[in-house]
Amino acid sequence: MSEVIVITSGKGGVGKTTTTANIGTGLALMGKKVVLIDTDIGLRNLDVVMGLENRIVYDLVDVVEGFCRLKQALIKDKRYEGLYLLPAAQTRDKTAVTPQQMIKLCDELREEFDYILVDCPAGIEQGFKNAIAGANRAIVVTTPEVSAVRDADRIIGLLEANELRNPKLLINRVRPDMVKRGDMMSIDDIIDILAIDLIGVVPDDEKIVVSTNKGEPVVTDNKSLAGQAYRNIARRVLGEEVPIMDLEADEGFMVKLKKLFGLKTT
Amino acid sequence: MILDLSRLFGRPKSSKDLAKERLKLVLIHDRANVSPQFLEMVKSEIIKVITNYMDVDESALDIQITKTKSEDGDGVVPALVANIPIKNVKSCGR
Repeated sequence: MSEVIVITSGKGGVGKTTTTANIGTGLALMGKKVVLIDTDIGLRNLDVVMGLENRIVYDLVDVVEGFCRLKQALIKDKRYEGLYLLPAAQTRDKTAVTPQQMIKLCDELREEFDYILVDCPAGIEQGFKNAIAGANRAIVVTTPEVSAVRDADRIIGLLEANELRNPKLLINRVRPDMVKRGDMMSIDDIIDILAIDLIGVVPDDEKIVVSTNKGEPVVTDNKSLAGQAYRNIARRVLGEEVPIMDLEADEGFMVKLKKLFGLKTT
Repeated sequence: MILDLSRLFGRPKSSKDLAKERLKLVLIHDRANVSPQFLEMVKSEIIKVITNYMDVDESALDIQITKTKSEDGDGVVPALVANIPIKNVKSCGR
């Protein structure tokens, strides 16, 4: 049974595209057939995050307008078996696609793929409505900041109003050091406020920037903590029970040593 | 009470507690989804009922959704607060 999962947040810049790229790649690494759809028409970015920007010929709008066949627009990621991208159009706007067209497209893709991940644009207007139209599951991305949590709350309300029940929460860019000294809301604080189930926590990790620079999702980096977090999330998407990782466990040796001697660490 | 004590001893509240508190309040408003039209409707209905019993100053009537401390502790709950200046109480109401 295929699943259409929308990745959304309300607020921009919290990591929807990075999340889509990493969960999608993670699922492909686990042997699933996956397609990523970028619905951010006019501001497409999933292609560069995936490192597939040079291979675009046709896009989402070409497909829904019947300008090309669906298969022609799908870009096969040669690095990872079973991973495909349907890029957004860059020279059009959100009104170039309707929710009905998205439902039809998702239904068509369901026949071919196990997982269809929809990268939603920021905002709650037409682009959002398009992105959620064909989805049967939702992941809400937020960061531990008041603005992002507030917008996540609004998005959760809108998802539920649109029959997308039980959205799952992904908390991105957590800094355990700041949480510890009381300068950042903790996972529990955020869950307490938003009152939905958690699908994962991703630590703030410099490697995300490095991997985006290269166009290689961090989920493929075995040494990165964020990569591990995304691999765990991909497994949870598949329905596995994976405990939320302890972000403080990964402190370096020197930090531990300093702690042992009661020295102040920053 | 706990909060007051911590203030007494000069320990400032951590910024995450501040964030949490502010978020909770702002979300009460967001979730209530109170539009000005909605408040206008409530206002006119209240006036209709109250004018059966007393003369009120309709132009000075103020109604809003705010927060108030809950009775059972230091939690905060939403409240509908109406400030209705009375001009004269009708005799039939007594």
